[in-house]
Amino acid sequence: MATALASKVKVRAEKRKAQHKTVSDWIVDTIIVILLVAIVASVIYPLYFIIIASFSDPALVAQGKVTLIPQGVSFRGYEKIIMDERIWTGYRNTIVYSLVGTAVNLLVTLPTAFALSRAEFKPRRIILFLFTFTMFFGGGLIPSYLLMKDLGILNSMWVFILPGAFSVYNMIIARSFFETSIPEELRDAAQVDGLSYFSYFIRIVLPLSGAIIAVIGLYYFVGHWNDYFTGLIYIRDLDKQPLQNILQMILLSNQTGQGAASMSALESQNFADQIKFGVIIVSTLPLLVIYPFLQKYFNKGVMIGAIKG
Amino acid sequence: MAQAAYKKPTRAELRALNKSRKKREIQEKADRRKRLGPWYKRLARHFRLYWQLWLMVSPAMFLVILFSYVPMYGVQLAFRRYDPLKGLTGGDWVGFEYFEKFFRDALFFRIIGNTLRISMWTLVMGFIAPIFLALLINQIGGEKTKKFVQTITYMPHFISTVVMVSMLNIFLSPDSGLIAKLFPTINLMGNQAAFTPIYWMSEIWQHCGWNCIIYLAALASVDTSLYEAAKIDGAGRLQLIRYVDIPALLPTAGILLIMNMGSVLGVGFEKIFLMQNTLNIQASEVISTYTYRIGILSTQFSYSTAIGLFNSVVNFIFLIMANQIAKKVSNTSLF
Repeated sequence: MATALASKVKVRAEKRKAQHKTVSDWIVDTIIVILLVAIVASVIYPLYFIIIASFSDPALVAQGKVTLIPQGVSFRGYEKIIMDERIWTGYRNTIVYSLVGTAVNLLVTLPTAFALSRAEFKPRRIILFLFTFTMFFGGGLIPSYLLMKDLGILNSMWVFILPGAFSVYNMIIARSFFETSIPEELRDAAQVDGLSYFSYFIRIVLPLSGAIIAVIGLYYFVGHWNDYFTGLIYIRDLDKQPLQNILQMILLSNQTGQGAASMSALESQNFADQIKFGVIIVSTLPLLVIYPFLQKYFNKGVMIGAIKG
Repeated sequence: MAQAAYKKPTRAELRALNKSRKKREIQEKADRRKRLGPWYKRLARHFRLYWQLWLMVSPAMFLVILFSYVPMYGVQLAFRRYDPLKGLTGGDWVGFEYFEKFFRDALFFRIIGNTLRISMWTLVMGFIAPIFLALLINQIGGEKTKKFVQTITYMPHFISTVVMVSMLNIFLSPDSGLIAKLFPTINLMGNQAAFTPIYWMSEIWQHCGWNCIIYLAALASVDTSLYEAAKIDGAGRLQLIRYVDIPALLPTAGILLIMNMGSVLGVGFEKIFLMQNTLNIQASEVISTYTYRIGILSTQFSYSTAIGLFNSVVNFIFLIMANQIAKKVSNTSLF
């Protein structure tokens, strides 16, 4: 009773305090609200505009009449995109590269992070130094290019999987997680039960690490999905190019218009714009779909990364 | 009284103490060695205990050595004349010829200038903006509104560079772009003076929300009694931000600033490359795009490697310097 009453009194006191804001506080509050609304609007509006423009009448979009609601709904851009074989090739390639790539990433990163999180494993300091040094210094473009050539993985799928299979940054995030979030008593108990490092890692640590696997899995997956550089430098054949490179090709080639013969120059230009909006949506769709499911892990992931060192 | 009883040891006493301690340490080490046997036995024991951990790190070590250290070894190409028949390390040794060539390159000053200008603007603005945004978001009272604003501002971080640049092209296109309408007389994407602002502003638009997560976490861990104490002292909204929030962010900000300093000459290749066109190339050619043009497009492998090496060395020096300065100024450092 007493505590309930006390809290009620407290709430009332706080309310009264809130009502007695000074004038300058009111001004500051208003400015903060205005700024936040402006920021949110400026982030969301471009994304929203691209979505509605992708299925609005391209002529109206060009005249600037499409602002808040889609006008003259037309899916011709999407029809054209779906019929474009390059998009499907790119999609297939990117899905394969991203899934296989992320799987390999996790297979390499998690055990490494675990091994380096064990304090009794003395060589870990020097191994860690060997790894972190590569974050700040590298061989550069041409030596890497020549290496891929010598390895014979130029213009093949492996160039997407192997060179980036291990990210030191993500390993450090996972390592910090293992160090701070898995209680050391578990290892002691496991040792008493005669568990080896392998079975301890697989049967005890991994099941407790869902959040971190989701976070670094997401980092890796987004990295693969958005990768443009690898396709640009190492891939020559069109049928091996990932989605981002195909996307760039379509965006460039459609600069001058690719519409039907019956269209005027202006019409085909507008149509080309609609295709642009469409491919942007199509290529970003999978990330937009998984975004809501994974965003609860973001704060956690970044925070774990922050307490390294 | 206890303090008075303590007599400062003389130098000789200290020396003797140190000596005996060292002796003891050596003795202990020898004992341990005796107990554990010679080095090969100790090594065998280490591997017997930890072979599984070694097995776990070996794939990563293999990959890092192959894909990071082998190219680092291949950096000697910068000092050799590349010969396709002799491979990476077989060409004739030419010393600093390619570096001199770069310093005498007609484009040298323009490229360095562009790189520095673009990266400094991005570094400074990209450093301030997330702090500002975090302070703003932290002012939101309702948890739900806060979550909503965060979710929205993180979103652009996941957009690919290709999509980002094509969005820039759409919104800045002179005939129909929404932003271009504010500047009716200039073609923004083809304007040299506009290139740097477009670059850093779009960087902030894309990554500011994401980069402020870490500051928000720092703000969340501020002791609430600090706010109450400040309020009792008559602090208003702005004073709370100035005297409680901002000091709470400083250590994190210091570390992040050092890390960013390491990439002063390392502006991302993809975005600049995709934003380049014949009209803005004078203002947009940077070191990374130049190494690509020289190396991959005109296959001057040695020259390109030299430029790349110059770039990494300068970056490394900047990182060390920033780290050293931060150590002196605020006791925060990366290593």
